[in-house]
Amino acid sequence: MTRYANPGSSDSNITVAERYGHWINNEWVDPIKGDYFDNPTPVTGEVFTRIARGTAEDIDAALDAAHAAADAWGRTSPAERAVILNQIADRIEENLEDIAVIETWDNGKAVRETLNADIPLAVDHFRYFAGCIRAQEGGLSQLDDTTVAYHFHEPLGVVGQIIPWNFPILMATWKLAPALAAGNCIVLKPAEQTPWSILKLFEIIGDLLPPGVVNIVNGFGVEAGKPLASSPRIAKIAFTGETTTGRLIMQYASQNIIPVTLELGGKSPNVFFEDIAEKKDAFYDKALEGFAFFALNNGEVCTCPSRALIQESIYDEFLADGIKRVEAVKRGHPLDTDTMMGAQASNDQYEKILSYIQIGRDEGAKVLTGGNKVDLGGELSGGFYIEPTVFEGVNTMRIFQEEIFGPVVSVTKFSDDAEALQIANDTLYGLGAGVWSRHVHRAYNMGRAIKAGRVWTNCYHHYPAHAAFGGYKQSGIGRENHKMMLAHYQQTKNLLVSYSQDKLGFF
Amino acid sequence: MTDQTPTGDACRFDAVGVEELVTDGPTRVAVTPAAADLLRTVVGRHGPVMFHQSGGCCDGSSPMCYPVGDFLTGDADVLLGTLGVPGQDPVEVWIGRAQYETWKHTRLTIDAVPGRGAGFSLEAPEGMRFLTRSRLFTPEESEALGL
Repeated sequence: MTRYANPGSSDSNITVAERYGHWINNEWVDPIKGDYFDNPTPVTGEVFTRIARGTAEDIDAALDAAHAAADAWGRTSPAERAVILNQIADRIEENLEDIAVIETWDNGKAVRETLNADIPLAVDHFRYFAGCIRAQEGGLSQLDDTTVAYHFHEPLGVVGQIIPWNFPILMATWKLAPALAAGNCIVLKPAEQTPWSILKLFEIIGDLLPPGVVNIVNGFGVEAGKPLASSPRIAKIAFTGETTTGRLIMQYASQNIIPVTLELGGKSPNVFFEDIAEKKDAFYDKALEGFAFFALNNGEVCTCPSRALIQESIYDEFLADGIKRVEAVKRGHPLDTDTMMGAQASNDQYEKILSYIQIGRDEGAKVLTGGNKVDLGGELSGGFYIEPTVFEGVNTMRIFQEEIFGPVVSVTKFSDDAEALQIANDTLYGLGAGVWSRHVHRAYNMGRAIKAGRVWTNCYHHYPAHAAFGGYKQSGIGRENHKMMLAHYQQTKNLLVSYSQDKLGFF
Repeated sequence: MTDQTPTGDACRFDAVGVEELVTDGPTRVAVTPAAADLLRTVVGRHGPVMFHQSGGCCDGSSPMCYPVGDFLTGDADVLLGTLGVPGQDPVEVWIGRAQYETWKHTRLTIDAVPGRGAGFSLEAPEGMRFLTRSRLFTPEESEALGL
């Protein structure tokens, strides 16, 4: 085991400044209005630094820098941009441990996750888009002997990106890497719950990009996010968050007639068929891990497998084994590599999860394990810790229909494939799903019939680059994590060229 | 039975013991004294406001508070009711129609807790966050509301 020291403490090599400005034009600049806001760590609940409280004036300064850089950056060759993206990946990899600790301190998640998932995935993501942009080709259509349509990819110019707090660095990377690869300049607003880790990341990688290409303005949604999303000076807005803000961002975008990509959450079914219990082998053990995956990242994942659908013939046995797996989750300091689950990201998130546990009980759902807040003692007493919780109920209950965004799974049973499908699709959302079966035909048919953008089949919670990720239904618009995301950050320029010397003859 | 908050609002405890401002008969929505005070602050700074109940990711399930006219509602939404905060214009509370179908058996009380949601809700810079608390309707309320 390793227990990393708290950043900013005398035992840690990670420095924490008293306050942080915006990152604009490759410089740290003070907020124009001069205000800062407190940033607590969810690990202890204590404020550990202050962050620039951005306003419309700061967004404008960032947009000025981005527009000044856009033409030159947009004309760089794909090879040049790929080199830079690879350098960013290398630099993150060289500093992986520190960045993982930084991310855990800002977000609260267990460091084993940032060390093994968040940051390595971010590294690979930059490398993936470095490769994609090198390999991307335009198009050529021969219309007749002397007429040719050329299709060129061009960057959109300056784009806005609003980042969520659940994977601050990885979600920023999902948006930054394709946008940079495509040749865009960016104004990025991190979430106000986790404003610090992305600034620390740019302390490490910021010099690799030309000034003005990436600009970071922190602040509250209404004061900094809204002026960015509604600005007529952006050519596209990308957002990960929830449905009402997603709608509002689409409304702003409609006023400026710009495209949006949105990732708006889910209520993902995780379907366990009876054949998984035919043998108590490694695969059965893997399926139990699949059940317990609702606790990954403290449940703060848009694709949290928060509805477990278990076939009735194995229901009692599989559920009992699954609960044993959940009860083995080890709690402790999030910076301890043995800790399996950390803190919820903020106080309001913590309160919301507890309110959902209450409505679950009120609706008659049965708590099979967990259901309480946790006091881990010492400096962690002020942090935001909740037990991994298993509810048993029916799919019409609120806890089956709304994303709790906490370590809470709602379990129900089904009799056959048709009923499993009906329950799986009985949701407003369609982001992720899981299907567990030893039978290829059953797994294939379910996977194709579930209305969700990603169906993990005999696995869950993998987020590799080169596998498209995005939502059906109210879960959003667009596909991240894949080369097709380049198209969301590019214009198509068509040159329609005649090589004929002869007129058409109309005039 | 009613009592009063320090700001003079008439209050009572609802069916599950949440203190809220007195409503005029059974309602789908209510507001706690803490949220009423926060509303006064937000309206004082930004003018008249409305709520739209969010769903989905991250800050989902939070009531989003916007200036009236900023967020467009339409046929895809249901007006749950209005919050009566003495001295303020009635505050409309909306929810998406599809989400309403899955929430309609529950009564929503808008509360306020320390925090800073994401999204563009107006109260975030105050260091407080509106929070929706829910409970099942009583049989009497369901009947009165025609549910």
